Amino acid sequence: MKIAIDIFTVALVSAGAFFFMAGTVGLLRFPDTLTRLHALTKVDNLGLGLIVAGLLPQADGLLSALKLISVWILVQLSGAIVSQLIAQATQRPGPPT
Amino acid sequence: MTYDLAFDISLAGLLLAIALWTIVARAIFPAIVLFMVYGLLLGIVWVRLSAVDVALTEAAIGGGVTSMLLLGAAARLQGKNVASEQLGLPGRLAAALLCIFVTAGLAYAVFLRPEVAATLAPMAKENLAESGLGNPVAGVLFVYRALDTLLEKVVLLLALVGVWSLAKDEMWGGIPGLRVYAQPSGILVYLAQVLPPIGIMVGIYMFWAGANYPGGAFQGGTVLAAMWLLVMMARLQDVPATSAPWVRLCLVVGPVAFLAIGLSGFVFAGSFLGYPEGHAKPLIIIAEATLTLSIGVTLALLVAGPPERMPQR
Repeated sequence: MKIAIDIFTVALVSAGAFFFMAGTVGLLRFPDTLTRLHALTKVDNLGLGLIVAGLLPQADGLLSALKLISVWILVQLSGAIVSQLIAQATQRPGPPT
Repeated sequence: MTYDLAFDISLAGLLLAIALWTIVARAIFPAIVLFMVYGLLLGIVWVRLSAVDVALTEAAIGGGVTSMLLLGAAARLQGKNVASEQLGLPGRLAAALLCIFVTAGLAYAVFLRPEVAATLAPMAKENLAESGLGNPVAGVLFVYRALDTLLEKVVLLLALVGVWSLAKDEMWGGIPGLRVYAQPSGILVYLAQVLPPIGIMVGIYMFWAGANYPGGAFQGGTVLAAMWLLVMMARLQDVPATSAPWVRLCLVVGPVAFLAIGLSGFVFAGSFLGYPEGHAKPLIIIAEATLTLSIGVTLALLVAGPPERMPQR
């Protein structure tokens, strides 16, 4: 049972890490701000989500698991909103500070 | 073990690279963003050194508030004709010499440290139970070195007075020129409505947990400051005039409460900032609670900047 849980964790965290890597490559290689933002937010949502899901069975107790989930939800909230704000800022005239 | 070592070495390498890049970066904005990244990475370094209290402070103050202050300063400089002064050769030589001197001093301290480090840690830990606190860092801050902590808060207030005094004479006591969004963006308002309840809870928890776990007034206060700034920037609440009585009260209540507890130590414990036996913990909690509020308001007003307009009557 323990080994099955560990395999589950390794698989999901690896998948999460893969998304982070893909997102970083996108951030470096994509041509303009909006596509780069797209790459970045995908990583926040999916990569971190996979890592948190993978770590859940390893959490000691319900409270730790809830903490992990709230970290993910908060990052998702701030990531989604900040990307919207940056996207709006690119639409405004004038050079960035 | 080797994984840990590899991680630490790459972390240190990354930190040095970012530090170098911060200095080399020519434009102001990238330099500030790099400084922010540097602060957050440094926070991770402190976690690796098991100094979680310092890590929280570094991430909140070093990465967060300081970068906000720098961004504000950069925004003020923008569009103004700032004469950039180039140092002459003697100036550069003096700067280089000073840097070499400091680096040599640091290298001396790091490489030629004594075999057995002089430490007060075991003594501090031994007597910690008397204060009723569980977190040794809080013990040092509020029991052993309480005077330093008190003065630190007063310095913070002085810094705010320094920022305020940049205002024009007729604007003294007016409303700080915090950049608020002229057209409230729906999504920012949404964030400013959803996040503060969570943030305020986290801020209060950080101060409350600080007695026994990593955390404390400074970290909690920074989170509260961030929430208040968010609400003001989204125009859900107006920026208050710096002369408003409740603002002034919030600013001084922490240091005044701490000072009053310190002075009462003369009567009840026989020394300044001494705590009467058995009552140390509640007194420390009172001091920390009021300090959390004061630090939050002070930091937010530091970011808000000097007064720029008068309240309309």
